[in-house]
Amino acid sequence: MRFACIIVLAGLAAADALAAEIPQDERRSGYSFMTPDTRTMQDDSTANPGMLWVLDGEKLWNRKAGAADKACADCHNDARASMKGVAAHYPAFDKVLGRPVDLEGRINLCRANHQQATPLGYESRDLLALTAFVARQSRGAAIETGNDPELQPFIARGRDLFMQRQGQLNLGCANCHDDNWDKRLAGSAITQAHPTGYPLYRLEWQSLGSLQRRLRACITGIRAQAYDYGAPELVELELYLMSRARGMPLETPAVRP
Amino acid sequence: MPSALINVPAKARRGDIIEIKTLMSHIMETGYRHTASGEVVPRDIITSFVCRYNGNEVFRADLFPAFAANPFITFFTTATESGKFEFEWIGDSGFSETASASIIVE
Repeated sequence: MRFACIIVLAGLAAADALAAEIPQDERRSGYSFMTPDTRTMQDDSTANPGMLWVLDGEKLWNRKAGAADKACADCHNDARASMKGVAAHYPAFDKVLGRPVDLEGRINLCRANHQQATPLGYESRDLLALTAFVARQSRGAAIETGNDPELQPFIARGRDLFMQRQGQLNLGCANCHDDNWDKRLAGSAITQAHPTGYPLYRLEWQSLGSLQRRLRACITGIRAQAYDYGAPELVELELYLMSRARGMPLETPAVRP
Repeated sequence: MPSALINVPAKARRGDIIEIKTLMSHIMETGYRHTASGEVVPRDIITSFVCRYNGNEVFRADLFPAFAANPFITFFTTATESGKFEFEWIGDSGFSETASASIIVE
């Protein structure tokens, strides 16, 4: 009897968890929650402020840096060909580190290992510009993050963190972004947490910003202690979010309100 | 050098009203903010923007601290002759940038 009870409870818990996730055919990009004005801004490459970072990134791509005196272009040549579709696979598993790295992390690893240059600071203009330039080459490509079987335990950890209630408000990401995405919070659309356009230009920030910046802001919002930039927990969360957006087109550089 | 994005139609018919869009990279620091230690962050904004069409001024704007970062300025003018649009942004701390775009009027 007791055993049966546990099975029923376990079944309920599993059903609950499944019901909470957004069905595949109901997934929406943050783009679809925006006003027509903001959508136009994103779609017009001469009105999208994110393109300013893309232009800067292109200059950096061709600029020699570090003790090796090499530019990104010296190994990777024309990014339009070599970086096409690359961002759609990130965060990706790094065999040397034995854990996933996001696109910013990959660029900094490349700087350290191949250019022998100092890594760029998180949210620095140069790192955002290079990331935006690389990700822009995948605009329109379907997100494929998370296919690598080695990533599965990290995706599971990211998912756990997404579901985990925390902070003084005792909220998990899922409480808003799975359960209440069709509602509004203080006048703003809640959206579904599909990170399809990072790094993106937030009108509120008046700047381009990374997914980690967005996650840290959300974590601070539920009054929990935000993880430091580059923390494995944030990369795992990024990985889970990108894997749940699998199949959706990349919009980098997106614009959000 | 900061990046700028200019959108001028490559071709137009004489007499057409054309839209010109400009986007300039700039932080537009208001001068009203303070650092954590209480010091004022000095004002750093673009103060004026001018567009000249074959040397004649067709549009001018003064900018103020309430403008958002990366000012996006669009306006209309009449396509009169083939030639060049020249854009100039001037601001605090010696900020001065130019850009240009050509148009063919048939």
